[in-house]
Amino acid sequence: MSHPDVLVVGAGLVGAAIARELARAGLRVQILEAEFAGAGSTGAAMGHLVVMDDSPAQFALCQHSCARWREWLAELPAAAERDPCGTLWLAADDEELRAARDKLRLYHDHGVRAEVLDAVQLAAAEPALRPGLAGALRVPDDLVCYPPAIARALIEDAVRLGATLTVRRAVALEPGRVRCNDGTTHAAGAIVVATGAHAAALLPGLPVVPRRGHLVITDRTPLRVHHQVVELGYLHSAHTMGGASVAFNVQPRRTGQLLVGSSRELVGFDGRLERAVLARMLARATTFIPGLARVPASRAWVGFRPATPDALPLIGPWPGMEGVWVATGHEGLGITMATGTADLIVAGLTGAPPPLDPFPYRPDRPMAEAAA
Amino acid sequence: MIDVTILVNGVPRRVPADLSLAAALWRLGIHRFRTDRDGAPRAPVCGMGTCFECRVEVDGRTGVRSCLLPVREGLRVELPA
Amino acid sequence: MSAPVLARRLDLVVVGAGPAGLAAADAAAGVGRQVLVLDQAPRPGGQIWRHRPGDVLPVEARTLLDRVRPPRVAVACGASVVDAPGPGQLIVDFGGRLAAVETGAVVLATGATERLLPFPGWTLPGVVGVGGMQALLKAGLPVAGSRIVIAGSGPLPWPVAAALHHEGAVVEEILEQADALAVARFALSLIGRPATLARALRYRAATLGIPYRTGGWVVRAEGTDRVTHAVLRVGGRERRIACDWLATAAGLVPRTELAQLLGCTVHEERIVVDQRQATTVRGVWAAGECTGVAGDRAARVEGTIAGLAAMGVERIPGALFRRRDRERRFGELLAQRFAPRRELRERVTAETILCRCEDVRAGAIDPAWSARQAKLWTRVGMGACQGAVCGLACRTLYGWDTAVPRPPLGQPPLGSWARALGEATPPSATPPSPAPPIP
Repeated sequence: MSHPDVLVVGAGLVGAAIARELARAGLRVQILEAEFAGAGSTGAAMGHLVVMDDSPAQFALCQHSCARWREWLAELPAAAERDPCGTLWLAADDEELRAARDKLRLYHDHGVRAEVLDAVQLAAAEPALRPGLAGALRVPDDLVCYPPAIARALIEDAVRLGATLTVRRAVALEPGRVRCNDGTTHAAGAIVVATGAHAAALLPGLPVVPRRGHLVITDRTPLRVHHQVVELGYLHSAHTMGGASVAFNVQPRRTGQLLVGSSRELVGFDGRLERAVLARMLARATTFIPGLARVPASRAWVGFRPATPDALPLIGPWPGMEGVWVATGHEGLGITMATGTADLIVAGLTGAPPPLDPFPYRPDRPMAEAAA
Repeated sequence: MIDVTILVNGVPRRVPADLSLAAALWRLGIHRFRTDRDGAPRAPVCGMGTCFECRVEVDGRTGVRSCLLPVREGLRVELPA
Repeated sequence: MSAPVLARRLDLVVVGAGPAGLAAADAAAGVGRQVLVLDQAPRPGGQIWRHRPGDVLPVEARTLLDRVRPPRVAVACGASVVDAPGPGQLIVDFGGRLAAVETGAVVLATGATERLLPFPGWTLPGVVGVGGMQALLKAGLPVAGSRIVIAGSGPLPWPVAAALHHEGAVVEEILEQADALAVARFALSLIGRPATLARALRYRAATLGIPYRTGGWVVRAEGTDRVTHAVLRVGGRERRIACDWLATAAGLVPRTELAQLLGCTVHEERIVVDQRQATTVRGVWAAGECTGVAGDRAARVEGTIAGLAAMGVERIPGALFRRRDRERRFGELLAQRFAPRRELRERVTAETILCRCEDVRAGAIDPAWSARQAKLWTRVGMGACQGAVCGLACRTLYGWDTAVPRPPLGQPPLGSWARALGEATPPSATPPSPAPPIP
């Protein structure tokens, strides 16, 4: 039996997107997944499809990816929980409102729809917020979705298109093949490593570390939040490699629940809930949405973002081994960037012209730590 | 037995004290404690706080298990229409 | 009810004020320790001794309830554990007010809940558990004149039928899902247990005239706004019967959510304990039905052992262990004779709601999945009860692991939980030292 053209390791949303697009492009694809589609960080993620602008390269991939998501989501099943609610970046004071206006110009320059709301407009748009906020940047085309259901749907799509799914845990990469925990090896013309925060276990030296995040979901509640609401201060706390930070980030779910974040800590793969961080995170959330304090909290969990030193993903051929490609390091943007990442990998493997310049994401780039 | 007055969707209703709210509501002929997503009624099942089917809004707090809560004077409960 | 004043750090927190919890608290108080007992219900007693003021209780209940009360023991009713931020730390919801509690030891006496298995119509109002029916009755539900069908398993249907009958309900019939042979063998084994036999005969006398059929179960419930009919299968024949209530469950099963939250090993649905009732987590003991359903006598002796062991009493009388082991064997017998029959698992259709919180129907599920896979893909077990009902059902139906609940338990208001977590002192690297041993 001849081996497949491509072996995709990991059926998180990134791996699932790549597998489906490769299969769609006519390649013979095998997917290697340790548990099930969306079992890892995808299952713990918020599902915010958001344009972020820490760097031009981040902005470009986000913008392309979100445009692609709007196409993909139109064809995905209802379980994807597509919600075109947009994002509100909250400005607590005039300084942050100035930052919002700067972002507005940047977004407009690149053709991303956005508007700045003043304090009165913000209060009208989002009555659950505390009074006294200076305003917000509204990005209406951002979306919210349910990642594990999408990963499942994409894998099922890929299988319909001829891909095969093998449920095994990959433990080692060898030239031209992957070794699994049961001793089996799986050869392929090319291997794409999409195992998220765990990728460095297969590719020693890959600059990816897990950055833990906490989330809390509420019961269904009559308290209405109409956008994903995030504090602009988030931008300062989001991408530093320092200690634990928390920021206000609340997402309305199609179920009527509210998903409350966020925290960022570098503690390795410690799956325990850190109650002190949780306490800070929730306290911060209730300062922005006071009514949240009375909403029943259903449950809390942690997930691991695959973080890189320069806050950009690693997408492209891995220089350490012939035929190995990498698709990880998206940190908190793996859900958002899954579509664009798939496009770049497909272009790379098929020789088609890439939809955007892949150069900034090459895995062997020199990396300076992103500015705080 | 002493009675207390509870407010069911704003309407005062007399019920015996020493009842759980779940028992009191059923006594008032209420069988729809919450609704599922198809609008079908749900009501207490386990009577001991594990199943969460009897949850209602009490004094502005949603998700309260009425089987665990004794009635008291002035308690406000909101139920689906 | 507000938080009791806790002047000193506690030596022991007992979770659950049923027979096991009361016995544990009594034992610990007997060696002079500071004990707090928590229970979700408005009054102590657990399910078996659930009562309202003025109700007549058995003597063993009165004795324990008299001993386990302030000032000897602090008792907080309407109180439930929400979270366990660190060793020796509990966040407790005292009737709506959350507070952090520090303790040297914890005894879990969380009792049992019912194995509620899905069948068509089981979400209709008026379809309740057998113990659920009992709990609602004891909470003041009026049943006089109501027509009630009981379809359960094991000993529990009897006291429930007797109580309903006493309150003027028309108990149409009692169905036992186990077949006649299993029931006969169980009845024979009662000869060696005169007290249990006497109790059984008392209940039977109180329910004379109510048809009792073995090898019978509910096929489906019918109704629109509430149950109006139950379709039963007995002796190979289906029968449709009008009713106001359908009380049905496939027996009792240990309640282990809090144990799992604390990290205790749970195996075959029971909290794993050693000879001295210690769980696999340091500083946490467990006693009674949560370690395996074996009745209130097992619960009391286990509670005593756990209370003493948790307080560092080295020499626990051997007679206690022997009695515990004897009662445990009775529990094993119960589990064997009244194991849920295969047909109970075969009632589910594609349209049957499996997860009551999230309205997930059985047709959305592939039995080959894991519990976590089903949860992430279809929301089974993602709702308010965190799988307390459907997790158990899926375990029975598909053999899945029961999902480990995530904090918080019981859906406290988000702000209160956050505040209580903030107030909890940061957990130290080692758990608070237990009380010094008592030789």
